[in-house]
Amino acid sequence: MVGGRRLSLTWVGAVPFLAYVGVFLFLPTLIIAVGAFFGENGFTFANFANLSRSYIVAATVNSIILSAVTAVAGAVLGALLTYAIATGNPKGVVRRIAVSASGVLAQFGGVTLAFAFFATIGPAGFVYLWLAQHHLDFYSGGFWLYDLRGLMVVYLYFQIPLMVLVFLPAVDGIRPQWREATESLGGGTWHYWRYVAGPLLAPAFLGATLLLFANALSAYATAAALINQGGIILPLQISNAITSEVGLHEPGFAKAQAVVLIAIVAIVTALYGVLQRRTARWLT
Amino acid sequence: MIRARRAKLQVFRIVAFVLFGAFFVVPIYAMFEFSTRGNGDAPRTLDNWKAITTYPDMVAGIVNSLELAAITSIAILVVLVPTMVWVRLRLPRLRRVIELISLLPLTIPAIVLVVGFWPMYPWLGNNFSDSILTLSFAYAILVLPYAYRALDSGLAAIDVKTLSEAARSLGAGWPTVIWRVIVPNISSALLNAALLSVALVLGEYTIANNLLYPNLQVSLVSLGRTNAGVSIAVAVASLLFAFALLIAISFVGRPRRMRSEVA
Repeated sequence: MVGGRRLSLTWVGAVPFLAYVGVFLFLPTLIIAVGAFFGENGFTFANFANLSRSYIVAATVNSIILSAVTAVAGAVLGALLTYAIATGNPKGVVRRIAVSASGVLAQFGGVTLAFAFFATIGPAGFVYLWLAQHHLDFYSGGFWLYDLRGLMVVYLYFQIPLMVLVFLPAVDGIRPQWREATESLGGGTWHYWRYVAGPLLAPAFLGATLLLFANALSAYATAAALINQGGIILPLQISNAITSEVGLHEPGFAKAQAVVLIAIVAIVTALYGVLQRRTARWLT
Repeated sequence: MIRARRAKLQVFRIVAFVLFGAFFVVPIYAMFEFSTRGNGDAPRTLDNWKAITTYPDMVAGIVNSLELAAITSIAILVVLVPTMVWVRLRLPRLRRVIELISLLPLTIPAIVLVVGFWPMYPWLGNNFSDSILTLSFAYAILVLPYAYRALDSGLAAIDVKTLSEAARSLGAGWPTVIWRVIVPNISSALLNAALLSVALVLGEYTIANNLLYPNLQVSLVSLGRTNAGVSIAVAVASLLFAFALLIAISFVGRPRRMRSEVA
C-alpha cells in the first residue's frame, strides 16, 4: 500500500503544469474543435457550409498564394544566402553575424516589420521618394504595398532568414570530398549539382519550403498592422469573425475557419517532419 | 580551373551579402530616418521621440506590456522549473509527454489559439479579473516552447540527479533542492528563458488585439493611424530594447551543451 501511495504522491508534482496547460492550451483547442460544430440552435454543419462564402474562398486562395509564393521565393533566395554563408570560413565573423542575425530576423514579424516597410517603400518612405525623384516610380501602376503583392515583399523579410536557419545544417553536411570525387570521375559542375549535391539537398530544401509555407500561412500580425481594413487573407477573416469590428460577430464561423487553417498547417508540418527524417539519414 | 571557380565563388558571395544585407538593413534604417524627420525641409529632429510621453495611451500600452513581460517570464519559470526537475528525477516516463506538450504551441498559430481564448476571457473577466494582466495566462502558453528549450539545455548540462540526491542526503527538502541547489546551477538558462519570454511578450500583437486589450503593439498600431512619426519612434525604441535583450542572451546564455537537443 505504501508503494501505491508513494506513486500517487509522485504524480502530484506534475499536476500544476498539467492543470495549467489543460486550461490554457487544451481547453481553447477543445473549444475550437467542438464549437466549430455548434451554432445558436445547437449542433450544426452550417459553420463549415459558410466557408463557401465567396469572400472566405477568396481569402483562403489569397492566403495559399501568398504562402506559396513567399515560401518558394524565400526558399530559393534563402538557399542562395545559405550557400554564400556555408562556403565561407566556418569560424569566421561573417558567418557568426549572418547566423545570429537570421535567428533574430526570422522572429521579426508583426507591427514593427509593417512599420519598417511603411517607412521604406510607403508613400513617404525614403527609398520610394528617392527613386521617384529619379523617375523610377514603382507605384505608377497602382499602389500595391497594402495588397497581396506588398505582403509578399514584407513576408520575405522573415521567410529568408528562416530558410537560412533551417537549411544551413543540410548545406553544412555536404562534404568537399564529394565534389572532389565527382571531379576525379570526370564530372563537372553541372554533374556535381545534378547527380550529387542536388539529390542530397532536395529533401531538405523541400522540407524547408513546406515549413516556410506553414509559417506564412499562420502569420497574422504583420498583415493586420499593414492593412487596416478588410480581410484579404484567412487570418484577417478569422479576426473579423471573432471581433465584431465589421458588424457580424460569428464565433462558430471563426472556429470553422480556425479548423481549416490548423488543418492545412498540420498537414504541411507533418510532411515537413517526414522530409526532415529523410534528410537526417545522411546528415550526422 | 579551380582558381577561376574560387574567384567566381568569391564574387558571388560578396554580391549576395551586399544585396541581402541591404534588404535587411535598409528597412530598419528607414525607421530611424522616418522618426527623426523634420517638418518639410526642416533639419533632423528628435521631436517625435520627445513627443512619446505626451500620448497617455501609448505610455499606458508600454507600461502594460512591461508588466505583462515581467509577470509572464516569472510565471513560466515558476511553473516550468519545478516540473522539469521533478519529472527528470521522479517521473522519467512523463518526460517525453511534457516535452511534446511544451513544444505543441509552436505548431498552433496564435490567430487560431485566440479563437479558443475568445469565450474564456469574458468568463475570466466576470469571475476573476478583467485586467489586461490576465493576458499573462495566454502569453505563458506562447513562450512555453522557447522557455522549455532554454531550460532543457540548461538542465542537460548539469547532473540533476546527483546534485539533488546529495542535497537530500544532507537533509534538504524539495523546495531547498530546487531553490538552493538546482536554480543556482542553471542560472544562465533561467536568464535565457526569462529574456526570451520578455522579448516575445513585448512583440505580441495577435492575442492582445483580438481580445481587445491595449498592450504596447496594439497602442502602436492605433497611434500609427494618427501620428506615424511618433509611433515609428516607439517602434524603433522597442526594437532597440529587444535587440539589447537578444544581445544579452547571446552573452549570458550560451549554456554548455553536453547533450544535443532532442530533435
